[in-house]
This record gives sequence, C-alpha cells and structure tokens, in this order.
Amino acid sequence: MRYVPRLMQVPEAAFAGRYGPYGGRYVAETLMPALDELTRAYRESQADPAFQAELASLLHHYAGRETPVYFASRLSEIVGSRIWLKREDLCHTGAHKVNNTIGQVLLAKRMGKTRIIAETGAGQHGVATATSCALMGLPCEVYMGAEDVRRQAPNVRRMELLGAKVHSVSAGSATLKDAMNEALRDWVTNVRTTHYCVGSVAGPHPYPMIVRDFQAVIGRESRAQMLEQAGKLPDAVVACVGGGSNAIGIFAGFIEDETVRLIGVEAAGEGIETGRHAAPLTAGGVGVLHGAKSYVLQTPDGQIVEAHSISAGLDYPGVGPEHAWLKDTGRAQYVAVTDDAALEAFLQLCRTEGIIPALETSHAFAYLPALAEELGADADILVCLSGRGDKDLETVLQKLKERAEPSGPHR
Amino acid sequence: MGRIADAFARARTENRAALVIYLCAGDPDLKTTEELIVAAAEAGADVIELGVPFSDPTADGPAIQRAAERSLRGGTTLAKVLDTVRVVRRRTNVPILLFGYYNPILGYGEQRLVDDAAQSGADGFLVVDLPPEESAGLRGPAIEKGLDFIPLLAPTSSPERIAQAGRVATSFIYYVSMTGVTGSQATDLRSAAERAGALQRELGRPVALGFGVKTTGDVATVAPYVDGVVVGSAVVRAIEDAPTPEAAVTAARALVSELVKGLPRR
Repeated sequence: MRYVPRLMQVPEAAFAGRYGPYGGRYVAETLMPALDELTRAYRESQADPAFQAELASLLHHYAGRETPVYFASRLSEIVGSRIWLKREDLCHTGAHKVNNTIGQVLLAKRMGKTRIIAETGAGQHGVATATSCALMGLPCEVYMGAEDVRRQAPNVRRMELLGAKVHSVSAGSATLKDAMNEALRDWVTNVRTTHYCVGSVAGPHPYPMIVRDFQAVIGRESRAQMLEQAGKLPDAVVACVGGGSNAIGIFAGFIEDETVRLIGVEAAGEGIETGRHAAPLTAGGVGVLHGAKSYVLQTPDGQIVEAHSISAGLDYPGVGPEHAWLKDTGRAQYVAVTDDAALEAFLQLCRTEGIIPALETSHAFAYLPALAEELGADADILVCLSGRGDKDLETVLQKLKERAEPSGPHR
Repeated sequence: MGRIADAFARARTENRAALVIYLCAGDPDLKTTEELIVAAAEAGADVIELGVPFSDPTADGPAIQRAAERSLRGGTTLAKVLDTVRVVRRRTNVPILLFGYYNPILGYGEQRLVDDAAQSGADGFLVVDLPPEESAGLRGPAIEKGLDFIPLLAPTSSPERIAQAGRVATSFIYYVSMTGVTGSQATDLRSAAERAGALQRELGRPVALGFGVKTTGDVATVAPYVDGVVVGSAVVRAIEDAPTPEAAVTAARALVSELVKGLPRR
C-alpha cells in the first residue's frame, strides 16, 4: 500500500471521511444530520474569503501566529543531530489547540449555534475552547475526567476564569475517553443548538478532516521556515501522538515530501509489556471508538481498555483515523516511549534550552536520542513543541519526590 | 416472515401495539437474564431487545450505563450472550433482537456473528452506532441468513435519511422519540408518537417508538399511533432496585404485566 494524500484520493467535495479502511461515521442516527450540516457549513466557510480572512486575522493578531521555528543548539549538541523546534507552546493559551478552536468556534457562530461543548484531557483543548468562546461571546461547557481534573487543576481554574462550566466525569477510567463519552451524550441531547468542538483528529467525519485542516497551519509554516532557516527540508519530523492533532498538523506540511520521515511518538506509560500504556498504534488493534474506525486499545471481546500515561493529553485508548492509515501505508512510523523517558526529556529540555514543555510534548523529545543515533550529526530533525508544561508542574514534582523516596508509595 | 415481523403482525390483528422490552444481558448475571427473558415473554412482551454490554455506551443514560458496567464486571461477552440465547430458545419462542454497539461486533467478526446468531436462535440486530451507510458488512450477511436489521430514525432525520431507513428495513424501524440518551424524560410523548405514526404510514413499515417510555400511561399514550412501543431503562431500573436475582425476575414480570395494559387501541 502507498499513502495517497487525502486531497488526491477524491475530489474535496466528495470526500466521505475514509482514510483507507479507517474513519467513517459510527454514531447514533440523531447525530448523523448534524454531521452532514457541519460538513456543508465547513465547505462553505472554506470557499468564503471573508471567513478565511477573519480566521487568518485572529490567528495572527490574537493567537500570535506565526510561531517561530527555533534551532536548539545546546540540545542538538547533547542529542547528536540538528534539532529544530516548532514553538506551538508560544501560541496564546500555551498550546497548538487554539488553532483548531478559533476555527471551530468561528464556524459554529456562522452556523448559528448558540452553545459550545468540548471534551478535554490535559485541559489544553478545554482552555483553548473556553478562550475562543470568551472571545466570540458564546457559552462554553467542558467535560473532563475526574482524574484529569485532579492532575491538571490549574487548567480547570483557567477554564472557570474564562467563563466556562467544567463538568467532572467520574465514569469509567475518569479520563479523556470518558469525557468524550459524556460530551457525545450532551451533544445527542442538545444537537440542534450546540456545536461539539472536538479537540483532536478523532471522532466521526468531518471532525478528523476539519481539525487536520485547522492544524495544518503548523506544517505549512514550518515547511517554509525550515527552507528559509535551514536551507533545506528536515530529514525527519517528530511529534507526540495521543488523538494526534499536533502530529497531523505538522505532518500535513511534509506529507508529499517523500524524503521527509514522519514519526509519531505514542505514550508507552509504564511500558508496553506491562499493558499499562496509551499506544494503540504500537500495541492495539483495529476497532471503532467515538465514531471512527481506527486503532484502539481493546480486549479480545471488543471492550475498550483504559489507557495509562503520565500525560493526561495522551491518556486515550484511540487515535485519529488518518494516523492509522499513515501507519498501514508506511508513510509515517509510530514508536512509543515510557513515562520515565518522557520525564527525563522534560527535565532535559528545561535545563538545556530554558523551555518547560508539556508532558505530552516531552514524549516527542524522549525519542530524539534514538533517532539521532540512526540519522547522524548531519541530520535536521524538526520537533513539534506542541505545548508548554506549566500545567504539569504538580505531576512532575510529585514524580520527582516519589523518585527521591524510593520506599514511598507506588501508584 | 421472521419471528419479529410475526410478532408485530399478531399484535396488529389483536388491535394493539407490540411491546418491546429491553434487557441488558448479564445484569445481574446471564442465568438470571435467561429467567428474565422467559418471565418478560410470559408477562406479555412481544419482542426482547437483548442488550450486549459495551464499555463506552455513548447513546445510553445512567441506568443502562450502570447495567452494562455490572454485566461486564461479571464477565459477559458477546459469545456468552449467544450461548444464553441458545439456551433460552428451548424455553420460549419470543423474538430476540441483539441490541448494542459496533465494536464488539467488529471484534467478533460480522459474518461469524451472523452465523452464530442464526444458529443460536436470535432474530436480528439493532446497532446504535451503525448507521445504514456503515452497515453493509453486517446487514448483507444478516439478510442472507434471514435475520433482521433494524434501522433507527430520530427527530433530526432528514427526508433522505427517512427514505434510506425505509429501504434498508427488513421488519420494523426504531424511532428515537427525542434528541437524548436512553432513560431521559420525555417532554412531549404524544407529539413524538404522532410523528412516528406519520413515518409508519409514509414508509409502509411498522415503527416502534422508544426513549422516554416508562409507565403504562406512557405506553397508552404511544400505542394508538405506532405498531410498537419500547421500554428499556424503566425495566433496567426495576432489576437494579431488586435485592436479589429472584426478586429482579419477579419485579420485571410485574412491570411488564402492568405495561401491557397500555397496549390496546380500544
């Protein structure tokens, strides 16, 4: 199989949300008309210069785009290849999520929706949605797993300050998957008035397409920036993958450049072999979760298994369907790194470059030594620095404390 | 004609709606599920919707979510649900519709499931997150084996989607009375029933209305307009509230005996 970019498979207007065998729309009948309506409205907005101008203006003046590409010289020396960082952590709200939420909330307003809901894991998408709603004057409700409410408390406060109502979800594993279940239940109930602002390239069509398109700005910018600053395309592009939106966004800029390797880094949690991980592409199977066919973590009986990761944003048993197709076709490779490796990479970036990355993002950094060893000193590696880590301080400090007291409680 | 279509036809000749009762397989355990199916049938249920539990039931409200969690904790699998159907089929002729979500079906294998379901004595499939456009892999084999595929319609369904449901239906069509999850409070059941009745006339297929039907009064409100009435969460709650499996069977039998009083069309 060879990966064929989406836009080359079928005419844009006829694209039905299939990435090879993946994607589709596995949702209750009640939601099907809403997905049709959203698809139509999105197409119209794409063809509307006024909408595109407003989006571009907000991304520039409000969200702070374009974000820099920065050559990380000290990290490069340690790692052994030339490392370039796409600084999505410098976006307003501190992560790439705002690229998508500004687009979707703008679209919801255009559709005449009067209420926005969202799910969130790390809270970055929740904060970005709450921010976009405050900006555009729409009420916002965010579903968040009770476990994540605990470990990402600063982001809960942020959402509340921004005027959003945060619903703590205690069902199941009380993390991102369960938050998404609850958001879907809200949407099926209030579908006529409400837009569901999905935060990743997951969910039923058209969400994986819409979120990818809004995040593709990362890849477009960084391709031009690499050509200008490095004088060449990168040899590899690396990004962390939970649902996979920052990865798809940066991959989008390079997907047709066949010399550029694309590498997604999943969360191996406590280790793939322990079964306590969040790496469906690495160690899952094909299934249907939250409206799309893709790789999922599941039992042999087709029950979804709880994911485990130190990073709330990667703690999800599914992944966007386009990643599944990129994997099967070999256009992208997927690897996984453990909680401990991510934590080491987190600390290393703090001290070598003065940048506190999100724990999600730290997974991408944790793979750099292995990749550099393979590619050598002459290679240019572009990393998507998808978000800042202020929200993770408590988790990190707690982990370091546990480590300092080896007799202390294990989780 | 299959058992499900027979049941609807029989109810019609008796000038009443058919009563469809939802049970979550394996709640509280599969042995009790067998007794619950027999009891519900004896008390007057015309069709059993046998819920196959799923870890992430996004179309269900709290009552059925809890039932699914209890069932999964007890180790229920799709294979064991089929075993239960096989055993109970020796005791009752009531049509049994397998009701659930797509992922366990995909994992089991669609063709294999159809073969095993037919062999066990199940009568059809209703998969809440499998709209007609994604359903060919299950629907085709099911029809070939003489099993029913039940499409859903909702208040939001467009004319094109209504026509599509009419085309793919083999026996009845399930009309979701409101935008919401199972177990929600109905706001205007009569209007929903009128709407479902209009769909039934338009499509020339029996329509069963579900979601928000809890009491005999609710059944009586809906029965004049459509050929079928579905009660789910109310039955699941009665089972949940019972202190023992035996009491659950008694409670379910009593509730169904009560609900059937709402079926006649005078």
